[in-house]
Amino acid sequence: MDIRAQVSMVFHLDKCIGCHTCSVACKNIWTDREGTEYQWWNNVETKPGTGYPTRWEDQEEYRGGWKLDGDDLKLNLQSKIGTLGNIFYNRRLPTINDYYEPWTYDYDHLFTAPEGDDQPTARPVSLITGEFMEIESGPNWDDDLGGSPVYAANDPNLEGLSDEERSQMEEIQRVVFFYLPRICNHCLNPSCVAACPAAALQKRGEDGIVLVNQNQCRAWRMCISGCPYKKVYYNWSSGKSEKCILCFPRLESGQPPACFHSCVGRIRYLGVLLYDADRIEEVAKSPDADLVEAQRGIIQDPFDPDVIGSARAGGVPEAMLTAARQSPVYKFVKEWQLALPLHPEFRTLPMLYYVPPMLPVLAKVRDGKYDVADSDAEGLTPLLTSLESARMPLRYLASLFSAGNEDVLTDVYRKLIAVRVYKRGETVGDVTPEEAREALIMGNMTAGEAEAIFRLTALPSVEERFVVPPLGREAAVEEQEGDTYTHKREAGFGTRTGPARRW
Amino acid sequence: MFDLVLFVAFPYLAVVTAVWAGIYRYRNDRFSYSSQSSQFLENRLLSWGSAPWHYAILLILGAHLFALVIPGVWGSLISDPVRLDILEVTGLALAATALFALGLLVYRRLTTPRVRAVTSRADWLLLVLLLAQVALGLWVSLFFRWGGDWYLHTAVPWMTSLAKFQPEIATVTTLPWVVKLHMLGGFLLIAVFPFTRLVHAVIVPVTYLWRPHQVVTWNKRPTRTD
Ligand code: SF4
Ligand code: SF4
Repeated sequence: MDIRAQVSMVFHLDKCIGCHTCSVACKNIWTDREGTEYQWWNNVETKPGTGYPTRWEDQEEYRGGWKLDGDDLKLNLQSKIGTLGNIFYNRRLPTINDYYEPWTYDYDHLFTAPEGDDQPTARPVSLITGEFMEIESGPNWDDDLGGSPVYAANDPNLEGLSDEERSQMEEIQRVVFFYLPRICNHCLNPSCVAACPAAALQKRGEDGIVLVNQNQCRAWRMCISGCPYKKVYYNWSSGKSEKCILCFPRLESGQPPACFHSCVGRIRYLGVLLYDADRIEEVAKSPDADLVEAQRGIIQDPFDPDVIGSARAGGVPEAMLTAARQSPVYKFVKEWQLALPLHPEFRTLPMLYYVPPMLPVLAKVRDGKYDVADSDAEGLTPLLTSLESARMPLRYLASLFSAGNEDVLTDVYRKLIAVRVYKRGETVGDVTPEEAREALIMGNMTAGEAEAIFRLTALPSVEERFVVPPLGREAAVEEQEGDTYTHKREAGFGTRTGPARRW
Repeated sequence: MFDLVLFVAFPYLAVVTAVWAGIYRYRNDRFSYSSQSSQFLENRLLSWGSAPWHYAILLILGAHLFALVIPGVWGSLISDPVRLDILEVTGLALAATALFALGLLVYRRLTTPRVRAVTSRADWLLLVLLLAQVALGLWVSLFFRWGGDWYLHTAVPWMTSLAKFQPEIATVTTLPWVVKLHMLGGFLLIAVFPFTRLVHAVIVPVTYLWRPHQVVTWNKRPTRTD
């Protein structure tokens, strides 16, 4: 047993309103420089949709993540020799066209245009070349299913669905979508790190944050292909890869990351998980159907004396253990088993978990009338979605969150439904106690649990949502530099030269 | 006197500049050590240019170094006319490939606005120098036959004498000017290397082959106490 701490995350998808505040908060802090305009370390996609960059989930094309080859776990991209051989040209690299060409507008023209018959316009100007350009697509071009025949219809997750299920999703009265906010998952088995020949990507031992060392990156570009979530980005101006840093300078001063702090829907939770580093490889090698269960298994109980003992012996600070015991992430992921990893079949063991969306109630047009269909099926009132007639096929969600294992999702949904039925019985009163009890039995939970889930979902305070552990910057500075005094009242990178090309 | 400047002073100056500036840059601005890949902005033309260029030029460079460092082995290798023929033809083909691929890369930088936007003046200088150097090399191998042989008795003794700090330039001063230009061009490239993106040539990440896949960094790796 080798217990380590990981700063981990939960996004509750039912609460995301798709406002993109998170993306903008991130952009304003980290990616407003030349070469990073197109980078959205935090982005929010509409699902079904092709996402950002286009079809990032299609690993036939991009070859991200790991693959099981018999008993071996191999990089999907290439072997180590292959990396050196392909270093001059990486066949699997997305180009700027797979994201979008960043632009601004020629605003100046509005003021300087000579007097004429027509209103002057501000034409789009490329932020790369400085030339006028035609905008063909941009970030979130397919927001809220915009252009769905092109975008939503090409979602790689639709591949396993029957024609009937597909047409069901397109039926106008049932059209359905949800938002999927994404940041780097700060994986336990990061394939971005494994793919970098220069060892520029590193996972920090103390808190699990995955970073690109800007002084060590040589633009070999393998991390971008290696990450199956396409969460490493190439700065075309400085010639360096960049990625989400989980706002570690903010964490160091006790604040949650900017996207968490600014989230309007309050969908985000941050906390520490303890995991057994000795078991990473074994878990990553599990068969597809067992991946979610195996990943839950690697997370250790922060109240278990054995775990605590091993963590202490391995140097995990006491404050980290305290934070782990208060972690909302632990509750959602391990205790209640409600939050699932995104695409566990990439085998990177992502440490960002999602509570899948319930989606609104099912409706159909019957005899020309908008009608809530099949709502009596489970003896539930129409406002409560019954699982079998959910609008979003379970198979689609299973393709996203459980490597195709629908049972895992059924269990999660039974719980979510149970909480709804139980609370409705309490507050609205149109659910009988028997019905509520039955829902709890189906969800395999107690009334107390339902209450706790409800509280942490709907009414959590900031302190309950973000349990930021002390990152021990003082200790780090002492180890690295020897002198804490010269670095007092500082946070962040300890570098004073701008990240721009100079030679 | 002029020959002394060109064939003694200049090579020493070039090497000293390369080492000193290269180390200075590595220690003071490691961030700038990058291959500055532009594949992200354009990858179709690059696929035809980059890989052939790098492979061809590395093999050619390797042959030059091979003959310089172990001239005895090279000598016996080319003692057989058939083998010399094969080496000459291969070299010629590689040089032609390199020239074509490099030409393509220059064309790409000229015609793709996105790539032109990330091309600095130093990049253009480097491209022109490389193009001239490869063209000269191809010229030499085309019109001064059996370079694989006479290289061994002209440039190799000269460079060896430089390395031994007993400069001996008699073997090179009488060569045709094209050959001389090619030799001096080589040292010019060495001299500009630390000021351009060419620095990426000395940071080939071979350690990847034996390091574990995962890289975990600790401020201080805790030593387990149980
Ligand atoms: S999600 Fe983050 S940690 Fe995981 S592989 Fe991608 S970049 Fe690396
Ligand atoms: S800020 Fe929160 S609610 Fe808004 S899009 Fe981002 S994750 Fe969703």
